[in-house]
Amino acid sequence: MGRFWAIMSRDLTLARRQGADLAMTVSFFVVVVVLFPLGLGPTPGQLAEIAPAVLWVTALLAAMLSFDRLFQQDAEDGGLDQLALSGLPLAVVALAKALAHWLTTGLPMIVLAPLLAITLNLNTEAYGALILGFVLGTPIVSLFGTVGAALVVGARRAGVLVALIVLPLTIPVLIFGTLAIDAAANGLPIRVHLLMLSAMLAAAIPLAPLAAGAALRQALE
Amino acid sequence: MERSFESGPFAGDDLAVVRGGRAVFAGLSFSVSAGTALRLAGPNGSGKSSLIRVMAGLLRPTGGELRWGRAPVREDPEGHARRLAFLGHSDSLKSTLSAGENTAFQLRLRGIEGSTRTAALARAFESLNITSLIDLPAGWLSSGQRRRTALAGVLASDAPLWLLDEPTVGLDTASVTALEGAIAAHLAVGGMVVAATHTALDLGARVTDLDPATCARKTASLSDLGDGWGVA
Repeated sequence: MGRFWAIMSRDLTLARRQGADLAMTVSFFVVVVVLFPLGLGPTPGQLAEIAPAVLWVTALLAAMLSFDRLFQQDAEDGGLDQLALSGLPLAVVALAKALAHWLTTGLPMIVLAPLLAITLNLNTEAYGALILGFVLGTPIVSLFGTVGAALVVGARRAGVLVALIVLPLTIPVLIFGTLAIDAAANGLPIRVHLLMLSAMLAAAIPLAPLAAGAALRQALE
Repeated sequence: MERSFESGPFAGDDLAVVRGGRAVFAGLSFSVSAGTALRLAGPNGSGKSSLIRVMAGLLRPTGGELRWGRAPVREDPEGHARRLAFLGHSDSLKSTLSAGENTAFQLRLRGIEGSTRTAALARAFESLNITSLIDLPAGWLSSGQRRRTALAGVLASDAPLWLLDEPTVGLDTASVTALEGAIAAHLAVGGMVVAATHTALDLGARVTDLDPATCARKTASLSDLGDGWGVA
């Protein structure tokens, strides 16, 4: 357990010291969302309608910016060898990495999404669903992204490749995340959508690290 | 270092590695017992690094078996990882972390915590004469200083088996002497050292030389080895 926290806390320290990487992902999220009200002009009704999709799609795209560096640096400087020799299964290493990624990327987005929703004139009833959807959905994105990042270790243009691999996988998250917000805005129950997201998260927590661990093993050889 | 290791010989039988349809080496056997060293010599591209990665369990051999005492290594890869310290081609240092933080992380990965870690780290930095670098970001260090910081991680580990791939790259004469001293101390308490090097590095009196390239020539036919390992 100590080694798990060691990996996670080192990644958090690295993220803090290399603050620009983190700031870029979060700024991308903010800037792109803010472009929509500017592009659509003063049509509050239209904005409120597209708000769920804009928030979710932008969050997914912003997350894609952060995955290529998840294992790339370790693969280049030999750190991956040391992680593989920690005596921890590579799946557990991947889980620690995914958790650190979520804390540095997902968590800031959960905080920012409701603030950005104001600029999109989101229905006040829908904020709860937005936040809950992000709380359940962003860890799934981090876990799927970890698999993608592990698969592209050593590949050229890894950043684009990881987006092409991971974005299709996140479609269910996008669908149920936006459905939950839509339902809440229209006064419909959101429970079923959140349960679907919870089920996906419950499946992703054990399965995604296993897949990422297997991909890392391939990368080592 | 007042500890001593109780460790059965680390051996490989009939090891073979095929990469991209080419046999890097085959029919290679070795044995390292407590207090002895193995020097992997041979020209560039002779398979020294591949062999060291096989020994570390990072690369699966195409054929043959590694054993620790009598137990096959592949039955307990995690346990094998815990008894070895590996220094690869690259120094695996993060440039935004200080030299001390980098080494401390390597020790935390081995489950070494608290005052034991602080003491082991200080001792290793001291023996390589890099105590003054402990708080400097690794990104500021010269390549020799980076190599020594990476070596400090090996020296401070509690592993009986050291696997060193070109440990002397970028080191000055004084640092090579310091490394030789550390290796001698490790061997004296029953440790084992495998070093791939083509520079002069004194590994003590009980050292065996091995050239993976000479084993590759023994390969009669690649088809005996293949299990889909890219054998063309």
